[in-house]
Amino acid sequence: MAALLLFISVSKKCVKCKEAPAALVIRAGDAYCRLCFKDFFVHKFKAVLGKNRIIFPGEKVLLAVSGGPSSCSMLRQVQEGLSQKANKKLRFVPGIAYIDEGAAIGQSVEERQRTVAELQAVFQATGFPFYILPLEQVLDLPASVVATNPSPSEQPASAYKAAVGHFVETDGSNNFPTPQEPKKMLLPHVQESHTLQQLLGSVKTLTAREELLNTLRQHLLVHTARTEGYSKLMLGDSCTRLAVKLLTSISLGRGAQLAQDTGFSDSRYGDIILVRPMRDYSAKEIAYYNHLFTVPSVVIPSVDTKTVDKASIQRLTESFVTKLQADFPSTVSTIYRLQLHTCFMHISTLNILGTCVLQVFSASCPSLTVKPSTCVTQDQREAAECMYEMVRSRALRPMSAVSVQPGYCCG
Amino acid sequence: MPVQCSSCSEKRAVLKRPKTGHSLCKECFFWTFEEEIHQTIVSAKLFKPGESVGIAASGGKDSTVLAHVMKVLNERYNYGLELMLLSVDEGITGYRDDSLETVKRNQQQYELPLKIVSYEELYGWTMDAIVKQVGLKNNCTFCGVFRRQALDRGAIMLKVGKICTGHNADDVAETVLMNVLRGDIARLRRCTAISTDSENEGVVPRCKPLKYAYEKEIVLYAYFKKLDYFSTECIYSPNAYRGYARTYLKDLESVRPSSIMDVIHSGENLSVREGVKMPVQGTCSRCGYISSQKLCKACVLLEGLNRGLPKLGIGKHHRFHDKILSQQPLTEEEERKLKAVDF
Repeated sequence: MAALLLFISVSKKCVKCKEAPAALVIRAGDAYCRLCFKDFFVHKFKAVLGKNRIIFPGEKVLLAVSGGPSSCSMLRQVQEGLSQKANKKLRFVPGIAYIDEGAAIGQSVEERQRTVAELQAVFQATGFPFYILPLEQVLDLPASVVATNPSPSEQPASAYKAAVGHFVETDGSNNFPTPQEPKKMLLPHVQESHTLQQLLGSVKTLTAREELLNTLRQHLLVHTARTEGYSKLMLGDSCTRLAVKLLTSISLGRGAQLAQDTGFSDSRYGDIILVRPMRDYSAKEIAYYNHLFTVPSVVIPSVDTKTVDKASIQRLTESFVTKLQADFPSTVSTIYRLQLHTCFMHISTLNILGTCVLQVFSASCPSLTVKPSTCVTQDQREAAECMYEMVRSRALRPMSAVSVQPGYCCG
Repeated sequence: MPVQCSSCSEKRAVLKRPKTGHSLCKECFFWTFEEEIHQTIVSAKLFKPGESVGIAASGGKDSTVLAHVMKVLNERYNYGLELMLLSVDEGITGYRDDSLETVKRNQQQYELPLKIVSYEELYGWTMDAIVKQVGLKNNCTFCGVFRRQALDRGAIMLKVGKICTGHNADDVAETVLMNVLRGDIARLRRCTAISTDSENEGVVPRCKPLKYAYEKEIVLYAYFKKLDYFSTECIYSPNAYRGYARTYLKDLESVRPSSIMDVIHSGENLSVREGVKMPVQGTCSRCGYISSQKLCKACVLLEGLNRGLPKLGIGKHHRFHDKILSQQPLTEEEERKLKAVDF
């Protein structure tokens, strides 16, 4: 009997096709063979886009690729979905954006060039147009980045269907851009790198620095999308990542913004809509997919690499969620499911709070020795955040800590 | 160099407030702490003049500080409240009997009337007897559900219009995190409310005046005021899952002390999408207490205890409610599943 049981467990069949031997187990009991796993994975990507009907046929979509496993997996999904042999083809026009944050973590020019070269090879292989943006560019952004541009008029539900029909008729396949010559990344000026490092250095805690970096990154992406004529920005946040982000948001007091911060789409910028199509994949699924189907990804250190758990709230939350997930395998999905029940309070309701901290305090930010324009390009959130840190570091005494905390202002 | 009090700049500071980072001397700390609770009470309009209020007193630090501060503020600001102490005796030997002694001393010190209701008189079961039947797992479910109702029943006996409990900011933040980890959107929405709805007849509204007071500051307040309180963990509560939320919160606090307030703020501002199903409040068809089901949790748990099937009330067994109501026996198969696990 025991031998029989052993035999069954060794030669476990795929739960889907019930023929091929299983190659991996995703959740307890769900054993998939290689091919069924691929179908499952690919289907999920198309299903999430099909269900939400946010990306219209022929639309230009900018993929934010960091080089990590999740965004590289997303890139592969788009590639596969657009290939001629795919059934239920994706119908949008992709471009790739990569932000080189080497300056933020103090990498040398050589190190940065090496990483960029590695990614350039990956991007070139896709044939999509790509933009390699050093984070320093964020210093030159116009103040209008933070503005909410009017969104193209509200589309009725039937518009999507009509657009698809039109697209199929006109055979949109020739809309695709011809692969262009890759632009050489303009190396940032040493002075600019220095300014960026000074800006990040003026923020005292790693928690605030990560938040600041996050927003700078987002602004650069949104700006690039706007100037290059893209209307959607695809982010590669996985379910695991979003669960961590959700709990971090709660711990930072950003409960009201949680729905937009972690939801499928974020329309706060108006004309550019952020989309998170990888939100149904766990980090484990992505890791297996990348491994089985040799999706290349690049290891890039970030500001919290090689730090202790308590270095920042983001770092602490990440280790808390991953440890709990090991003991209770439903942790990530349970946390993430909460997001589906929340919604965004409209900015108009939040604005009752009055003028944002940004306008009130940016003039009194002497410790930020950067151009005032960069202070303005920071979203209200960061201003509040950096203000908060400054209040602490310079021992200014606010009436109550609550009034200057991040997350207490709009958007 | 000794740090001076940042408020009066005269005396030496005795502590640094985790909430704001201010260094304060003893007197300024007492004043700030009490004043903040006063602001909480006034801005949330917790009490009406002339109302009689029951203070849920366990003898622990939170409820002792609550009783003390309520008495002080009632006199200082002429709330005109008639304060009473209300205790629940769960029947835990070696824990509750000792803490009740503390409550009795507090009664003398604060000169407030005291009412003790016991599980034994209300339900016919002490916690000791319950633990003997169900073991150390899930026993907190019984205790928690019974206490909630016992407080209400005690309040009705005392004829008070309101109960205030000693839940502090750490407790509320911990509950927010717990409900996030459990994905319980209905409770998440309710748990940050400072006061329960007072619309329901037969239920005494409860409120948390210490909602914005840090646990640390409560302990320091009790310490500096030399209040008489009882500090021992309940002998029956290993309480595994809440422990995770607790550890995480304490870690958060050590990274950024204001994060406790941030978590509460998040919980308060979470807006729930329309169309999310929320439980509807009704009444228990056996005892008349509020319940979202046909039978309230306390009645189901009690039925389980009396039938010798302690697992009846653990988890969701709504399908048995009709059988319980009509006094029908359960099938053997069902009984087998609901029996206590033998060790």
